[in-house]
Amino acid sequence: MDNKKISIRVQNLTKCFGSGEAKTCAVKNVSLDIYYGEMLYIVGPSGSGKTTFLSLISGVLRPDNGKVIVKDTDIWSLDTDSLARFRLNNIGFVFQDYHLFPRLSVLENVAIPLILKGEDWNKAINLAKEKLQMAQLPESKYELPAYKLSGGEQQRVAIARALATNPTILALDEPTAALDGDTGKKVMQLIKERMLTPERTILVITHDSRIFEDATRIVHMEDGVIKEASLNEIH
Amino acid sequence: MNLKGLGTIAIKLLTGDSGKFFTLIMGVGFAVFLMLQMTSVFFGVIAKSGSTIYDTGADMWVMDKSVDNSKDNIPLPDYVLDYARSLPGVLYAAPIYVGAGTVKLPNGRYQAVDIVGLDDVSLMGRPIMIKGNINDIYSSYAFIAIKDADLKKLGNVHIGSTFEINDHKGVIVGFGKNPMSGLFGNPTLYTTYTRATEDLPTTRFTISYVLLKIKSPKYIPEIKKAIDKLGYRALTSKEFTKVNAHFYTFKTGFGMNVLIMTLVSFIVGLSIAGQTFYTFVLENLEKFGALKAIGATRKELVFIIVIQAVLVGFVGYGVGVLLSSSMIALGHLKIPNYAAMLGYGNMLAALVMVVFITAFASFLGVRKVLKVEAFEVFRG
Repeated sequence: MDNKKISIRVQNLTKCFGSGEAKTCAVKNVSLDIYYGEMLYIVGPSGSGKTTFLSLISGVLRPDNGKVIVKDTDIWSLDTDSLARFRLNNIGFVFQDYHLFPRLSVLENVAIPLILKGEDWNKAINLAKEKLQMAQLPESKYELPAYKLSGGEQQRVAIARALATNPTILALDEPTAALDGDTGKKVMQLIKERMLTPERTILVITHDSRIFEDATRIVHMEDGVIKEASLNEIH
Repeated sequence: MNLKGLGTIAIKLLTGDSGKFFTLIMGVGFAVFLMLQMTSVFFGVIAKSGSTIYDTGADMWVMDKSVDNSKDNIPLPDYVLDYARSLPGVLYAAPIYVGAGTVKLPNGRYQAVDIVGLDDVSLMGRPIMIKGNINDIYSSYAFIAIKDADLKKLGNVHIGSTFEINDHKGVIVGFGKNPMSGLFGNPTLYTTYTRATEDLPTTRFTISYVLLKIKSPKYIPEIKKAIDKLGYRALTSKEFTKVNAHFYTFKTGFGMNVLIMTLVSFIVGLSIAGQTFYTFVLENLEKFGALKAIGATRKELVFIIVIQAVLVGFVGYGVGVLLSSSMIALGHLKIPNYAAMLGYGNMLAALVMVVFITAFASFLGVRKVLKVEAFEVFRG
């Protein structure tokens, strides 16, 4: 990895919840370099701190200690709104439960980040169409409200929304948790084949071993620390 | 900030679930309806209590200083009338008798009536005639009846109908109408001042009020000062209406109770609407968290919530006004004495309430949404 450019540098990251005897540290003094062109899987058992870790490095949860440098910016030195804008422009999220707006149409859901970015409505909708094509969602579904889609289709919409602003980082939280084995595999292959580029980093949190083969690197978390970092040699 | 795009998202998020949107609108609409109904009844009752002042149409009223409502007058000596006529700003002054009597109907039944005795010379304060001639008021035993919802209490009266009042004969010679009917549900009969004071039992002094027609409003302070010097009080119609309204609002349980009910309706309305909107925000909290994680700034989130609250507020206001005006119109149709009065005043009060509700609901929503951690979305 030495010849690759660093996309995210994590330095001595710590995050604890609660206080006194109830204090629990979900992430303990973790350091990690993540590179462009990587599809990095963060794996580990439930409660190992992987979701907290992803939240810390993608700028949605403030750490107690440590630094997260994304594209040469110390993201936690930014104020709340600047950080929100930084996320909008640089990080695309696919949440575990998708968090689509059920009553908005598929196109409108994908257009939301573009609207936030300042695009006018029509342009945002047109760009949303491109992203949905990229996510391989049939065009007949574009005008449907999101709640009418199947789990796999909703996942594709969530991916298209995450890609809407062409972010350099894509953060996926348990992307296959709500999908059957085949659909989950297809979705991950789609992500890898069509979205992973040398200019992009894809972070995936999962405990679904069926999709491990798609990773370019896997880090194992346990009790808030990275126990093992391994290169996935399959690809 | 992309106001147009965010506004569209806000509206689509709000109206996307038509069931929830309907509940929200009905919540605010019901609050407005409650508020409008109560204020309409309050204003209607107060307005009806001052119907004598309104219907008479005098510029100024001279009365005893103790008078605090139009019904309970204290008779004035004649010299007050003479004095008022001598004042430079007064165009003319006329006495009026405002009292009550009991009419014995041909079927032997008794009915309380309001009697207004008009100045024999000027007939100042006369009603608008709808049948018969005002000059017939000078005929023997003549009374003009006001055709309103209460008239039927006198039976099937027509021109020429007779009755007894205090053992004196009375004949209906015409029908008139007044802009506003009285509060207490009695039929109103007009006659001359002389007949009123002859036919009805009276005190030593007989003038209920002295009505003034003034040359110009600029004389009002001067007239008030001069009348005050005499030991009496002169009020403009507007001031007398206010004094009267104050009496019914604060010196009778009546107005106060309606006022309290109005405040209760406001609190109930506020609770319903505030709670409904707050619940809507809570139900969508995860979605707001997702927006926050995606990259919406605090200002954008506040804008979305405020737009939603304003839309709910104003559509709800429209629904409330529609419900209330329909109800009041139906009330007037079915209950002729229905006192509710929907005017610009109470509509404005309801609008202010809606703005308050909207601001309150937005505040609750914004507070909650700004507090929600985007991280919660990750945790699921």
